[in-house]
Amino acid sequence: MRYVTEFQDPELARGLVEDIRAAVTRPWALMEVCGGQTHTIIRHGIDQLLPEGVELIHGPGCPVCVTPLEVIDKALAIASRPGVIFCSFGDMLRVPGTDRDLFRVRGEGGDVRVVYSPLDALRIARDHPDREVVFFGIGFETTAPPNAMAVHQARRQGVRNFSTLISHVRVPPAIEAIMTSPDCRVQGFLAAGHVCSVMGTGEYPELAEKHRVPIVVTGFEPLDILEGVRRTVRQLERGEHTVDNAYPRAVPPGGNPAARAMLEDVFEVTDRAWRGIGVIPRSGWRLSPRYRDQDAEHRFDVTGIDTREPAECRSGEVLQGLLKPNECGAFGTVCTPRTPLGATMVSSEGACAAYYLYRRLGAPAPGAPAPAPVPSAVPSSAVPTPVEANPVG
Amino acid sequence: MCLAVPGRVMEIEERDGTRMAVVDFGGVVKDVCLEYLPDLAVGEYAIVHVGFALQRLDEESALRTLELFAELGLLQEEFGDPWEAAAPPGESPERAREQEQDREAAR
Repeated sequence: MRYVTEFQDPELARGLVEDIRAAVTRPWALMEVCGGQTHTIIRHGIDQLLPEGVELIHGPGCPVCVTPLEVIDKALAIASRPGVIFCSFGDMLRVPGTDRDLFRVRGEGGDVRVVYSPLDALRIARDHPDREVVFFGIGFETTAPPNAMAVHQARRQGVRNFSTLISHVRVPPAIEAIMTSPDCRVQGFLAAGHVCSVMGTGEYPELAEKHRVPIVVTGFEPLDILEGVRRTVRQLERGEHTVDNAYPRAVPPGGNPAARAMLEDVFEVTDRAWRGIGVIPRSGWRLSPRYRDQDAEHRFDVTGIDTREPAECRSGEVLQGLLKPNECGAFGTVCTPRTPLGATMVSSEGACAAYYLYRRLGAPAPGAPAPAPVPSAVPSSAVPTPVEANPVG
Repeated sequence: MCLAVPGRVMEIEERDGTRMAVVDFGGVVKDVCLEYLPDLAVGEYAIVHVGFALQRLDEESALRTLELFAELGLLQEEFGDPWEAAAPPGESPERAREQEQDREAAR
């Protein structure tokens, strides 16, 4: 409880922890789906504030992490082509492909540009009608509507030199895959708040009922997480399994209808591969046939790439909640944010990056209790220095 | 990229047939598309993700979240120089120093 004092409202945090403690009569394993929530949990030591037996398992909710290596390699191949301007969000620059990353492609002469919004990529296409502009469209339900809008507007504005490399994924089929895995230990879900800001909560009751698992829509601030845990544990102790919204200030039940309508217009649901996990049925989107000519995979021939996963990277197990990052032999030694084996270490939302940033020097051996967090370890950038990782070390 | 950041609408205008706003994120100002939240008004706060307003947010929640993000360095991560943040070891003297510190820490 000593670290409760760093919460914005320590009294409220203490009350929530006490409520959870009072409710728990046996062990429970909950999965937080969102990578942003994982960082809040590790940064604030929330997993260590919880009563013994209440375990938080980190889910696959980092879009950068779950983008398959094959798609990264396709991005690198397209970005290397003469005449192409390849536009990406900044956190894809260092994700390793089979033999290089986008940062390296730029160093080798590729025209790789970082955009804040997919509409920036569309503007670049309008400004350079003699070049092919490709946008790297990855992400969950929060990111897909903005990318859909860029595709829609390119069509409306007659911008013919704009295409997208799409690798969008959906949360509910991932929950289904986790619950049907023979190794599944998850008994309750903290659903990702901002995904639900777009999609609402309508996709979850069927999952909750089918798998008899509580699903609590949860925000990403420390108190949000504690409240999500409190409501999930309360349901579990009562034998309930419903969908509950603990983040109503940003999640109306119907989500954002305009964004959902655009998703339906531009995309269609498809099977998708998740890095380290494999193909999950109906877990992603691709461009609908109407927009197929704006699909970069159709416009450029990117077949026949020899993709090789690094054998020593165990991020697939981390993404499925089967392994904690610091239980991996490569963690913090050969694999660091600057020399990452996999995307879970390089992504700012990755579970391995969270552990490196906040727990690296105190990383326990497997099975040992985790060390206390370092409340003053406030990062100043996505790439931590060792000093930031543990200023008292 | 995954982050959705609250911001305050400063101005609204139609641009290329699209409803756009100038939004202030605790000092960083960006263009934001309002097509998914068309009735958002000047002075209101919204959750913004990759340049799109996705949900309205009350001022108190928005300011609290902005404060938390600033404290965690997440605003720098979202709006800072992405090439600097992504620079691999050896690409600059500063990075080379950090790489050496990494090796020290791993020993």
